[in-house]
Amino acid sequence: MNAPIRVWDSLQRNRNDRLARARSVLGGELAGKALPAARISDLLHAVLENGDRVCIEGNNQKQADFLAQALAGLDPQRVHDLHMLQSVLALPEHLDVFERGVASKLDFSFSGPQAARVAKLAAAGKLNIGAIHTYLELFSRYFIDLPPRVALVAAEAADRNGNLYTGPNTEDTPPIVEATAFKNGIVIVQVNRIVDELPRIDVPGDWVDFVVQSPTPYYIEPLFTRDPAQISEIQVLMAMMAIKGIYAEYQVQRLNHGIGFDTAAIELLLPTYGASLGLRGKIATNWALNPHPALIPAIEAGFVESIHSFGSELGMENYIRARPDVFAVGPDGSMRSNRAYCQAAGHYACDMFIGSTLQIDLAGNSSTATLGRISGFGGAPNMGADARGRRHASPAWLKAGEQARQGSGTIPRGQKLVVQMVETFREHMQPAFVERLDAWELGEQAKMAIPPVMIYGDDVTHILTEEGIANLLLCRSAEEREQAIRGVAGYTPFGLQRDKRMVENLRDRGIITRAEDLGIDKRQATRDLLAAKNMKDLVRASGGLYDPPKRFRNW
Amino acid sequence: MSSYLEANARERLALFDSFEEFIGPAQRVVSPHLAQLNAPVSFDDGVVVGRAILGGLTVFAAAQEGGFMGGAVGEVHGAKLVGLLRRALLDRPSAVLLLLETGGVRLHEANAGLIAVSEVMRAVLDVRAAGIPVVVLIGGSNGAFGGMGIVARCANSLVISEEGRLAMSGPEVIETANGVEEFDSRDRALVWRTTGGKHRYLLGDVQRIVEDSIPAFRQAALDAIAEARSGTVELTLASLEAEQAMLEQRIERFGGRRDPADIWSALGIAAPQDVPMLDIDSFTAAAAPYRLGA
Amino acid sequence: METLNYRFEQGRRSLSAEPRIVGVVSSGNLEVLIESTPLGGACEVGIQTAAVGFGPIWQAVITDFHERWQLADARIAINDMGATPAVVSLRLDQAVESMLGEGK
Repeated sequence: MNAPIRVWDSLQRNRNDRLARARSVLGGELAGKALPAARISDLLHAVLENGDRVCIEGNNQKQADFLAQALAGLDPQRVHDLHMLQSVLALPEHLDVFERGVASKLDFSFSGPQAARVAKLAAAGKLNIGAIHTYLELFSRYFIDLPPRVALVAAEAADRNGNLYTGPNTEDTPPIVEATAFKNGIVIVQVNRIVDELPRIDVPGDWVDFVVQSPTPYYIEPLFTRDPAQISEIQVLMAMMAIKGIYAEYQVQRLNHGIGFDTAAIELLLPTYGASLGLRGKIATNWALNPHPALIPAIEAGFVESIHSFGSELGMENYIRARPDVFAVGPDGSMRSNRAYCQAAGHYACDMFIGSTLQIDLAGNSSTATLGRISGFGGAPNMGADARGRRHASPAWLKAGEQARQGSGTIPRGQKLVVQMVETFREHMQPAFVERLDAWELGEQAKMAIPPVMIYGDDVTHILTEEGIANLLLCRSAEEREQAIRGVAGYTPFGLQRDKRMVENLRDRGIITRAEDLGIDKRQATRDLLAAKNMKDLVRASGGLYDPPKRFRNW
Repeated sequence: MSSYLEANARERLALFDSFEEFIGPAQRVVSPHLAQLNAPVSFDDGVVVGRAILGGLTVFAAAQEGGFMGGAVGEVHGAKLVGLLRRALLDRPSAVLLLLETGGVRLHEANAGLIAVSEVMRAVLDVRAAGIPVVVLIGGSNGAFGGMGIVARCANSLVISEEGRLAMSGPEVIETANGVEEFDSRDRALVWRTTGGKHRYLLGDVQRIVEDSIPAFRQAALDAIAEARSGTVELTLASLEAEQAMLEQRIERFGGRRDPADIWSALGIAAPQDVPMLDIDSFTAAAAPYRLGA
Repeated sequence: METLNYRFEQGRRSLSAEPRIVGVVSSGNLEVLIESTPLGGACEVGIQTAAVGFGPIWQAVITDFHERWQLADARIAINDMGATPAVVSLRLDQAVESMLGEGK
C-alpha cells in the first residue's frame, strides 16, 4: 500500500498563490513592492484567507493605523474569522474588526485604552480570546505555535528594495517580521515615506513583501510622559523610602521602573535626595527603560550610564540624539528600541523591578484587573518576576537571595528584587489592600482558566506604601508574610485588622521598616525635593532639547 | 518653598518681614451659605488679610487661597477684602498689596459675591484717592479672572509671573459662548499666550514680570510701591483718558490679528515662537524696546 | 457633610498660646486649626468632612495621632475635603510641629 504523499512546502506554495493574486489584482500599480494607498483594500482582500493568523502592529506606542483602518473596512463576506495577534489593542479599529465580523479570535498582551470594549465584545461572543500574554510570551509564541500568516507593520521609511528604517520606535517589529518571513508568511508595511537611501536598515527588504506609503504618519501614543506638577508630597515620601530603604540598601545598579507617578517621583529625586545620600554612581546606573522625560535631570546629573528602551517617547528624539553615550543610538545617530530584547534584558540583566499596582491581597499577589475591563498585562509580569533561569551574580541579587533563604538549609541562589509600590488608599478612598482580588471575579466573568494576576506574591520581595516597607524576603511563614503586609496597609480595613503585637515584632526584626527607622525626616518630603517640578523645568534641564507633546504644555 | 506658584496663600506671606492677621481662622468667620449647599467651609473663607512689614514699610495685604473654591469671592471673603481696604483709609499704610488668585465671583454665593467684588473695586479706588498705592501680585495656577481681573487693573501697578494669567472671561466661558473656532479652551498654549504673564507684559497690562519665586515677587512689590509713591497715586481723568486712547490704538493696531504671537511680531519681537521658553531676564531684555506701556 | 468629634483625657503636652493653621480645603486635602484652650488636660478634635461614612478610619487615625503627641488643653478643628489618612496624619503632625516651632 502506498502512504499518501506528504507535501513539505505547502506554506511556500500558498504564499506564492497569495502573491500571484496580489500581483494580478494590482496590475501595473504595483511598482516593485510599493502600491498606492488607495489600493490597500484590494491588496488585503487578495492576500488574506479566512481563518488566517494576522499580526497587526498595535504596539504599546506605535500603531499601524492606516492598515488597521483598512482591515476594519474589509468586506466580511470575503474575509472573515481572522485570528488576530497583537501586542496592544489601542485603536477603535482594533475592535471594529471584531464588531464587523472580519476577525473572530484574539491573542494579545495589553488593551488598556480599549479594555472595556474588549470585555463587551467578548461577553457578546464576537471576540474569542485565545489567551492573554506578556509581550515576550506573545513574541515567543510567534515562533512556536502562533506564527503569523500575514503581518501588518509600520515603519518610518522604506527604500525602493523594501528595506525598512524603523528608527526610535522600532518596538515590536523585529520579532513580528522575522517570525512571519521565516514561516513563509506575507509582510505588509505602512511607511511614512519612501526614499532612495535610508539612514540605516532595520529590516532587510528580503523579508518584506508590500510597502504602502500611508496618507498620514503612523500614530504614536506618548505613554511614558509624566508631568511633575502632579506628583504629591506622599509620593515624594515614598520615593525617599524607596531610594534609601531599597536602592541604597541593596546597591541596585541595574533596574526597570514600571510607569507611573510613583516611579517618576523616584526618578526626580535621584539628583537631589539621592545625591545628598552620596549615591551617584552607586545606584541606578543601568536601565531597561523607555526614554522617560522624568529621568532627564538624573541623566544630566551623571547618575545614568546606560538606558536600553522598549520603545521611544514622543518629544525625546533630539535629546536622545544628543546623548548617544546613554541611549541605544545607532551609527546613523538615531535610536533603535527593541521591545523583545529589552524585555529579556529587564528579566535577566536587571536586579530590580519597581512598579505600582491597583490591588494587593494578603499573600502579596498583585493585580490591576478591574471588573468590566479586560486589560491584560503588557510587560509587567516579565519584569516583576524572579528570573529563575539566571545564573550570573550581582550584590543585589545575592543579598536578596540570601535574605530569602537564610536558615532554610536550601542550596544558595540569588533572587531578583520585585518591589510593589502603592499608596494604601487610591482615588475615592478605595483601599489598595483587599482580602480577595477583583481578579477572581473578573476571571469568572470572562471565563478565564485562572484569575489574571499581574505579579504573584511569591515573586514580590518588597511592598512599599506611605506607611513603610514590608520585606517579604525575611518572612519565614505565611502568617508572617500576611502580618507584614497588613503592617504597611495603614488604615485600610485590611490594615486595621493587623495583629499589633506581631507587627511590632516584625518591625523589631527589620521586616517592617517605617520612614523613621530609615532616618527619614517626613518634613523633608515636600515637592521642593523634586529636581523638576513641571514640564518647563524638564525642558530646561534638557537644555531645550526635550520637546514635550502639545497635551503636556501650556506654551 | 520658594516657588510662588506652588505656595499656598499663607506660605506666600513669607514675602513679608512680618504679618499680623485680621479676623484669623481661629475666629471661625466662615461662609454662611456653603453649609446648606453641603459644601465644606474654610475657617478664613479662602483669604488672609492683615497688616505687614515689608522692607521697613507698614503695608496692608490680602492673599487669596486659590485652592479653596478656586479662590472665588464669596460674601465673607469679599467683606474681608472690602474691610481691609476701608481700614486702610483709617490706618494709612504705605501701600496695599493684593496677592490675587481667583476665578472671580463664587457661584455658590453669586449675588453676595458680585456685590462684594463691586465694593472691592470702589474701595480700591478710594484707597488710591487717599494717596495709598495699590499693588497687585499675580502668580498662582488659577490666575486672576472674572470681576477680580477688573479689580487687578484698577490697581496702580501689577506684578505677574510667566505662569500667572490675567483676564476677565475664563477660556471655557468664551468657548461656550462663541464657539471653539473663536477660542479653543483646551489649547493650553493658546490660553497662556492670550492671558499669561508674558503677553500681558508685552501689551502693557502689567508693569513687571518676575520669575516664579517668592523673593522675586517681594523685590518687585517693593519696586512697584516705591515707583507708585513717587508719582500720582489716585486715578485721574487724565490717566483714564490716556488708557482709553491706548486701548483704542491697541484695537486698531492688533484687532485683526488671530493670535497673540502675531501681535508680538507686529510689536517688533524678532522670534515670537521663542518667547514662551525665554527665561525672565532674557524675555524682559527682548521685550524692552517693543512692549507697550513702557 | 459629616461631623465627627473625639475627646481624649489626660494629655501630657501643652502647646503655645497662638493658634496655628495648616493645609487648604481643596480636593483631597484638609485644613487643620490647632488652638490652646483650657479643657482640663484634655484634647478635643472636631472634624467636618465632605467624605461621608469613614468614621472608623477617622477614629483610628485620630487615636494614633493622640498616642503620638498626647496633647493637653488643645482643640483641633478640621475642615476636610476627602483627604486620605496619609494626608490627614501628615497635616496633623505639621500643625503640631508648627505650634512647637519646628518645620515651616
